[in-house]
Amino acid sequence: MTAPTPRVGRGPSGNGTARVPWVLVLPALIGLLFLLLPLVGLLVRAPWATMGRRIVDPDVLTALWLSLSTSTAATLVSLVLGVPLAWSLARTEFPGRRLVRALVTVPLVIPPVVGGVALLLVLGRNGIVGQYLYSWFGLTLPFTPAAVVVAQVFVAMPFLVIGVEGALRGADRRYEEAAATLGAGRVTVFTRVTLPMILPGIGAGAVLCWARALGEFGATITFAGNFPGTTQTMPLAVYMAMQRDPEAAIVLSLVLLLVSLAVLATLRERWMSV
Amino acid sequence: MAAREPRTPLDPAPTSDGGLDADLRLSRGTFTLDVRLTCPPGEVLALLGPNGAGKTSVLRALAGLTPLSDGHVFLAGEDLTTTAVEHRPVGVVFQDYLLLPHLSALDNVAFGPRCQGAGRTEARRLAMELLEQMGLAEYASARPRRLSGGQAQRVALARALAVRPGLLLLDEPMAALDIGTRATVRSRLRHLVEGFEGATVLVTHDPLDAMVMADRIAVIEDGRLVQEGSPAEVARRPRTSYVARLVGLNLFRGEASGTTVTLEGEDGRGPVRVEAGDGHRGPALVAFPPRAVALYRESSGGSPRNAWRLTVAGVERFGDQVRVLLEGGLSLAADITPAALAELALTRGSEVWAVVKASEVECYPD
Repeated sequence: MTAPTPRVGRGPSGNGTARVPWVLVLPALIGLLFLLLPLVGLLVRAPWATMGRRIVDPDVLTALWLSLSTSTAATLVSLVLGVPLAWSLARTEFPGRRLVRALVTVPLVIPPVVGGVALLLVLGRNGIVGQYLYSWFGLTLPFTPAAVVVAQVFVAMPFLVIGVEGALRGADRRYEEAAATLGAGRVTVFTRVTLPMILPGIGAGAVLCWARALGEFGATITFAGNFPGTTQTMPLAVYMAMQRDPEAAIVLSLVLLLVSLAVLATLRERWMSV
Repeated sequence: MAAREPRTPLDPAPTSDGGLDADLRLSRGTFTLDVRLTCPPGEVLALLGPNGAGKTSVLRALAGLTPLSDGHVFLAGEDLTTTAVEHRPVGVVFQDYLLLPHLSALDNVAFGPRCQGAGRTEARRLAMELLEQMGLAEYASARPRRLSGGQAQRVALARALAVRPGLLLLDEPMAALDIGTRATVRSRLRHLVEGFEGATVLVTHDPLDAMVMADRIAVIEDGRLVQEGSPAEVARRPRTSYVARLVGLNLFRGEASGTTVTLEGEDGRGPVRVEAGDGHRGPALVAFPPRAVALYRESSGGSPRNAWRLTVAGVERFGDQVRVLLEGGLSLAADITPAALAELALTRGSEVWAVVKASEVECYPD
């Protein structure tokens, strides 16, 4: 490998950086195409002529508002419960910690419909916990917007917990020790040192959690049902529309896609500038 | 977050002066630490030792970050042995300073007083005062990453002093600095630490830090205290080969009888005798600087009483001198000028006479 002449040195170690091996590039391109093509399909088949009118349809706006508000609420609930859970997993030693960690990831791997069934069995009006909620407080969860949030928290919180736990494990604990030598107790260390330092990790986890909640379908339809205006979120509305009016489904899909991309882009900008 | 209240000393500390009195014992795997340290208020004690000797363990134990398996920590008559980190009147300047990256320099310094219960305004006023003392008033609102190494070090010092500690711990304060800025920063740090009224423990592996900043030096090797004394004593009379290397002396261990010290020869060809400047009896150490060694091709037979025939094992640059490493009955280093090296035509394997005046040889009990 002496002179840098192009197209010379076909040996196994020659000119490695200049040439990209097609064995990798070809599948990569196919993969990329596979991911992008459906989105292109949406754009191509969208009923652009009637788009303006369809978008401001009150049914679309209702479903959109329900989706955004429930997934945001689910993210807030996940933050309040998930960050302390992540902290416990990352920073404390207790018997069965590994088992708990494995259990936290269960909702990631089970089919959401199964999650919905499980939620119904526990929180339904005759469920293990639900019957007491009803007889003591007169509360019925299933088929309410609150049930949508519950279903979303169930499937989306693990994303947040895993992300925040990773951030906590990656954080330099010496800063916490430094704060302790300055007189900070454990709670102060957590709120004034740990939390600010893992904020990017929490942000990333929250975004994943929010996106997962926004797209939630299986657990929602099983546990919360499919009532327009109360529990019919965008994904459910898309599915229903697909049955009778595929063009409406395309419009709903595009709206959902656009809104989620806009939210993610805005949040990303926010964090990059901080 | 209640303010620290001075506790009434139930147990009077073993020392009467009210400084630091610590007996630190802990074990971690195969490593055991067993070190007893004292440091009166207003003094700087340097802990010197090679990497892995246990210096950082000592510091962490004093700060309360690592629990002791046995022993005690008394500070100003107060028993801190089981006191939690956040309640110890101890200020720490960490190796990389560990300034909280999301807080300004001012808020970093104000962090301690805030934790101790001071109001925001009060804490900031105190922090500003300290930053002014450190000559950093104009950097008060700067984030840590905007500060130079020396500035960050002073902010870290201000932060540690802001909790009004009775004990100040400095962990390798020079390690994070560029070589070029160390000399200035070191003398500035010394000046600032001199103003501190409590006891100061400085951990370092750099003998220069210890010599410049400390009133006393404690050398730790393998979890044990191997030597303690003033910088001058340690520099003149090292007790281990590690210390001797640090302070740049040739050191040998032997048996003294008057001014003659008998060493076990290293080449197995019988004992080697060293004539020292002062007399002693029994196990002794002898030390002399490499620059006190003169090299000759031929035996001169003059007045110096120490002359050993040795072999050149290596030659290396050492400042504007050349350091010749010799082996044979003794292993020692000799510093000569490059001109002398050329004149003697020394190469690896050459045989030379190494000559040292008895008056240059320090002899002291082992």
